[in-house]
Amino acid sequence: MFSASDLRKGLKIQIDGEPYIITDFQFSKPGKGQALYRTKMRNMITGNQFTNTYRSNDKFEKPDLEERTMQFLYAQDAEYHFMDTTSYEQRFLSKEQLGDNLSYLVDNMEVQVLFFGERPIDVSLPTFVNLEVTTAEPWVKGDTSGTDTKPVTVETGFQLQVPPFVEQGDKIQIDTRTGTYMTRVKE
Amino acid sequence: MLSPRSLRQRSQLLQAIRSFFLNRDYIEVDTPIRLPVLLPEAHIQPFTSDGWFLQTSPELCMKMLLAGGCEQIFQLCHCFRKEECGHHHQTEFTMLEWYHRGWDYVDLMEECEDFFNTLAGKVSGLDGVNRKGEIFYKGRTISLEKPWSRLSLRDAFRNFSDISVEQAIAEDQFEEILVEEIEPHLGWERPVFLYDYPIQLASLAKVKQDTPDLAERFELYIGGLELANGFSELVDAEVQRERFAQEMMTIRRLGRDARMPEHFLQSLEGLGDTAGIALGVDRMSMLLQGKEKLTDILPMDVRFM
Repeated sequence: MFSASDLRKGLKIQIDGEPYIITDFQFSKPGKGQALYRTKMRNMITGNQFTNTYRSNDKFEKPDLEERTMQFLYAQDAEYHFMDTTSYEQRFLSKEQLGDNLSYLVDNMEVQVLFFGERPIDVSLPTFVNLEVTTAEPWVKGDTSGTDTKPVTVETGFQLQVPPFVEQGDKIQIDTRTGTYMTRVKE
Repeated sequence: MLSPRSLRQRSQLLQAIRSFFLNRDYIEVDTPIRLPVLLPEAHIQPFTSDGWFLQTSPELCMKMLLAGGCEQIFQLCHCFRKEECGHHHQTEFTMLEWYHRGWDYVDLMEECEDFFNTLAGKVSGLDGVNRKGEIFYKGRTISLEKPWSRLSLRDAFRNFSDISVEQAIAEDQFEEILVEEIEPHLGWERPVFLYDYPIQLASLAKVKQDTPDLAERFELYIGGLELANGFSELVDAEVQRERFAQEMMTIRRLGRDARMPEHFLQSLEGLGDTAGIALGVDRMSMLLQGKEKLTDILPMDVRFM
C-alpha cells in the first residue's frame, strides 16, 4: 500500500483495478493546516487523465507490474518496437505511452518495459544517457554577457541548456529524471 | 547545484536581511536546532534525532529569550518538517523569524511592507525584480508599493467561496477551499495580508479583543504564494496550556505523541505584549530570483545525491 505522502510525479498506483501514473503533483499545506496532495494522473491503459485532491490518511494499492529488459529497435507509424533481450519476443508501445521518454530514446538503447499482465504500458529509461549534440552555437571566447549556459539540440531533437564549452558533435550525459546536463563524455 | 551567479544572489539576499534587522536595532540570535521538546502543533511533524527532535521552527527558544528580557530579536535558521515536499515545500528549509516586544500584528504587517521594499530595492540584479522594484512572477507584475491590501479571512471566504469560513471548518473543508478557491486569487496586484483566523487555527496567537472566536493572526500572500505567518503572541500561560492540550489531543488521535513544554509555559509569564512572524526565506528567494520551484534556488538538491 502507498499512502498520500508517498505520492510523487512518476509513481504508479492502482485505482479500481487499473494502473495509474502520477503526471503532476502539488503538495499544499495552508498555514499550519492539514496537508493536501493535489494530484493529476493518467490511466496507463486508456490514457485518460483526471485530477483529485487527497489527504495524508488516504491509501492506494500498488499495481501489479512486471519489468522486462528490452532493446529499442525502430519506430514506424508512431509505434515504437522493442525486443525482449532474453526471449527475443518483440512488442510495441505507442507514442503517447512513451511520452517524455522520447526525448532520450535512441536505437539499440536497453530499457525496462513495464507490463500490466501481458500489456506493455510504460518504459523506464536508464537514469543517465549519453547523447550526441547535433546543433550548438559556437562559443565566443571572452563573451562577458554573464550567461553561464547556452541551448543545444541533441540527436533525439531534445533541447537543453549546457555550459558554453559544449560543441556540436560532442557526446553529453543527461539525467533522464530531470532532463538536465550532467557532463561531457569523452570517447 | 546552483550556479555561482545564483549563489551570489542568495548570498546578497541573506546579507540584506541581516542589515535590515540590524539597522532597526534587532539582535541576531542563533538558538539550538536540536531540542528535547517542541511546541505541540497538530499538523506539523518533527524528525526525531537520537531521542530528541530537530526544530520545526525556532519559536520556542526565541520566545524564551524574549521572556528573559530581549526586546527585539531575529533569527535565520534551518527548520525541518517531515513529509513536506513539493514545488513550494522542502523537508529542510530556511526560516526567518523575528519578534518585537510591545508590538501587535498590525505593526508587523507594516514592517513586512518595509522589509520587502528594502530587499527589492537594495539587492541589485535579482532576476524576479524589475527596475521599478516590482516583482515579476508567472508572467505578471506585482507592485510592492505601500500600503498592501488587507483582507480578513471571513471576507476572503465571502468573496471567493460558496460557503462561510465557519461552515468550511464545520464540514472539514477548510484547507481544500483555501488552497483551491482562495489562495490562487491572492496578491497579484499587490501583496495581501489575510488576517483574523478562527481561534482553533491559531494555537499560539492572542485572542482578538471583543471577538473571542478570532485570533490576531495573519498570513502574507504574494502571487498566490503563502510567504509568512505572523501574530500577536498569546502570552497567557493558562490559556496557552489549554490550547496545547487541544493540539496534543489531535496529535494523539493522529497516532503520534507529544509532551507539554512545561518550561516554556513557565517562561511565558515574563513575556509581555509581543508580536512575532515566521517567513520562508527559500520561497521569498524563489520569488525575488524569478523562479517557480524551490529546487531552482536551493544551493543543493539532496534528492539526487
